[in-house]
Amino acid sequence: MSKRIDVTDLNVYYGDFLAVEGVTMAIEPRQVTALIGPSGCGKSTFLRTLNRMHEVIPGARVSGKALMDGVDLYGAGVDPVAVRRQVGMVFQRPNPFPTMSIADNVLAGVKLNNRRISKSDAASVVEQSLRGANLWNEVKDRLDRPGSSLSGGQQQRLCIARAIAVQPEVLLMDEPCSALDPISTLAIEDLINELKEQFTIVIVTHNMQQAARVSDRTAFFNIAGTGKPGKLIEIDDTGTIFSTPSVPATEDYISGRSG
Amino acid sequence: MSLATATPPVPTRPRSLGRGVQTSRRRLPRWAPWSILGSAILLSLAVLTLADATSVPSVLALAAVVYAGGITVTALVVEGPRWAKDRLATTVVIGAFLVALIPLVSLLWIVVARGLRLFSWDFLTTDMVGVFGSMTTGGVQHAIVGTLLITAAAAVISVPIGLLTAIYLVEYGRGPLARAITFLVDVMTGIPSIVAGLFAFALFTLFFGPAYRAGIMGAVALSLLMTPVVIRSVEEMLRLVPNELREASLALGVPKWLTILKVVLRTAVAGIVTGIMLAVARVIGETAPLLIAVGMMTKTNTNLFEGRMATLPVFAYNEYSKGGVGIDRAWAAALTLIVIVMLLNLIARFVSSKFAPKAAR
Ligand SMILES: Nc1ncnc2c1ncn2[C@@H]1O[C@H](COP(=O)(O)OP(=O)(O)O)[C@@H](O)[C@H]1O
Ligand SMILES: [Mg+2]
Repeated sequence: MSKRIDVTDLNVYYGDFLAVEGVTMAIEPRQVTALIGPSGCGKSTFLRTLNRMHEVIPGARVSGKALMDGVDLYGAGVDPVAVRRQVGMVFQRPNPFPTMSIADNVLAGVKLNNRRISKSDAASVVEQSLRGANLWNEVKDRLDRPGSSLSGGQQQRLCIARAIAVQPEVLLMDEPCSALDPISTLAIEDLINELKEQFTIVIVTHNMQQAARVSDRTAFFNIAGTGKPGKLIEIDDTGTIFSTPSVPATEDYISGRSG
Repeated sequence: MSLATATPPVPTRPRSLGRGVQTSRRRLPRWAPWSILGSAILLSLAVLTLADATSVPSVLALAAVVYAGGITVTALVVEGPRWAKDRLATTVVIGAFLVALIPLVSLLWIVVARGLRLFSWDFLTTDMVGVFGSMTTGGVQHAIVGTLLITAAAAVISVPIGLLTAIYLVEYGRGPLARAITFLVDVMTGIPSIVAGLFAFALFTLFFGPAYRAGIMGAVALSLLMTPVVIRSVEEMLRLVPNELREASLALGVPKWLTILKVVLRTAVAGIVTGIMLAVARVIGETAPLLIAVGMMTKTNTNLFEGRMATLPVFAYNEYSKGGVGIDRAWAAALTLIVIVMLLNLIARFVSSKFAPKAAR
C-alpha cells in the first residue's frame, strides 16, 4: 500500500501566474519526504498538484508529468476523483465535518461516496483507523460525540484517521502541526513515524527540527522574489541536506540566514 | 453593567494599580437609576398637567428625555465622565429597543384583541356557504385550505429552482453568466406583487383564455415573488460553509456533486430551512396577485387546477370591504394567518435544530 511518484518538469499556474516552475523530483515509497522553504515559494501549490486538488481552485492548471508507479496522474483518461482516493490529504487546520460524529468522520470517505458497508466492517474500519492515528484510546468511549468536541490535536489526528480509512497509497500533509501545541505536535510526529511503514508520506513544514526529526528525504524550495515562480532548489537525504547541502542557499535557509 | 451592580454603593477611595490606573471610584447605588426614572415620570406628569397636555405618549416622551439628562448629569457628578457616557449610551440603547418594540407589540395586540371577537373552532372549521348580510356565522376553513394549498404549490415551484440556482451561483458559477443571474435575481427581488399577479394572469390567459381561474395561477404569481428570496437566502447560507469542508471531502475522493449534496447542503441545511420559511412567510400574506389570479369563493376548493379558491388575505380584504360583521371576520382571518405563520416558524425551528451542526459541548 504505497507507491512512488516521479515528477518531471512540473509547472503550476494560477491563471497566467506561474507559481511553481520546473520541478523534477522522485518521491520514494514508504519514506517521508519533507518540503521546506520560505512562505510563498509554492510548497502547498506543489503538494496539491500531487492529488489534483489544485483543480479545485478556478484557473489553476499544471504542465509536466507526475507518474505514480508509472501511471500519469494527469493522463487523459485519469479521473481526479480516483487519484484523490489513492493520494489522501491532511490540511493545515483540522477540518472534521461538524455535522458528523467521531465515528462518522472516520467513515466519511465511505459514507459520502454512498458506499454500503456492514455494521461490523464499519466498526472495524473505525477502530483500525483510529488506532492507526493513535486516537483510539482517547475516543473509544465517545465515538458518537461530534468530532468538534475534540481538542485541536485530537481533531487533527481524527483527520488523519479519516484520510487513512480510505486506504490511500500516499498521504500528503500541508503543515499539519502548525495550528497545534507542542505536545500534540509530538504526538503527530510519532504518528508519522509509524505511518511511513505503510504509506508514502509528503509533508510540508516550516519547522526545521520537525523536518529533521520525521523525514527521510528533504526538498528545499525557494523563490527569487515576489511575483517570481518558486523552484525546487535541491532534494536529498535529510541528513545530507541538514549537514552538507550542495547549494549555499539551502544552508542559508536552514541556518536561519534567509527566508 | 454587571460591574456596576457588583460594586458596593459605599463611596470608596480611588484605588490605583501600579501604573496609576484607577480601578474603582464612587458609584451610584443600584436604586439610583430607578429613583431618577420615577422622579422623571412624576416631573413630566406635573409639567404636562400644568401645560394641560397630559397623554400617555407625551408623558413617556418627556420622561425619557428628562431621565436621560438626569442620569447623565448625576453620573457625571458622582461617577465621572466615563461612566456618564456609559449611562447615556445604555439609556439610548434601551430606549431605542423599547421604541422598536412599540409597533410590534401594538400590532400583535390589536390583531389578537380584535381577532378574538370571532375567532373560534367553528370559525376555523366552517366555510361561507349560505352566509348572508349580518349573519355572524361562517368561517375561514375554505380560505385556510386555499392559502395552504397555493403557498405549498408556490414553494414546490420556488424551492427547487431557488436551491439549484443558489448552488449554481455558489459552487459552479463564474464569469458573465453568474453575474447576469445575480443581477436578474436582484431585479426580481424588487418586482411589485401586483405585477407578478398580472404577469401570471396574462400568462395563463395566453394558454387557457381569459375566463380561466385556478389556484395554480396564484401559485405561479407567488413563486415569482418567492424564488428570488429563496435564491438569496440559500446563497448566503452556502457561502457560510467553510471551504475547508469542501476540500476535506474532495480530498477523500468524493465527487463534487456528492460533496455538495452531503457536505455543503448538509452543513447548511438548518439555515436553508430558515431561509425558505422566511420566503414562505413573505408570500403567504400576499393579497394583490391572488385577488387577480385566484379571486374568491365561498366554499372549499381543493383542486389547484380548476376554479377559484379562497385565500386568507383575500378573504380578509373582501370581508373588510363589506363592513359590519365582515370587519370582525377580517380581523379573525388576520389572526388565523398570523397563527399559521407562527406555527410554520415553530416547525422550521424544530427542523433546523434537528439538523444544526452539533455544538462542541
Ligand atoms: N488560490 C490561489 N490563487 C492565486 N494564487 C495563489 C493561490 N494560492 C497560492 N497562490 C500563489 O502561489 C504562490 C505560492 O503559494 P503557496 O503554494 O501557498 O506557498 P507556500 O505554501 O510555500 O507558502 C504564492 O505567490 C501565492 O500568492
Ligand atoms: Mg502553504
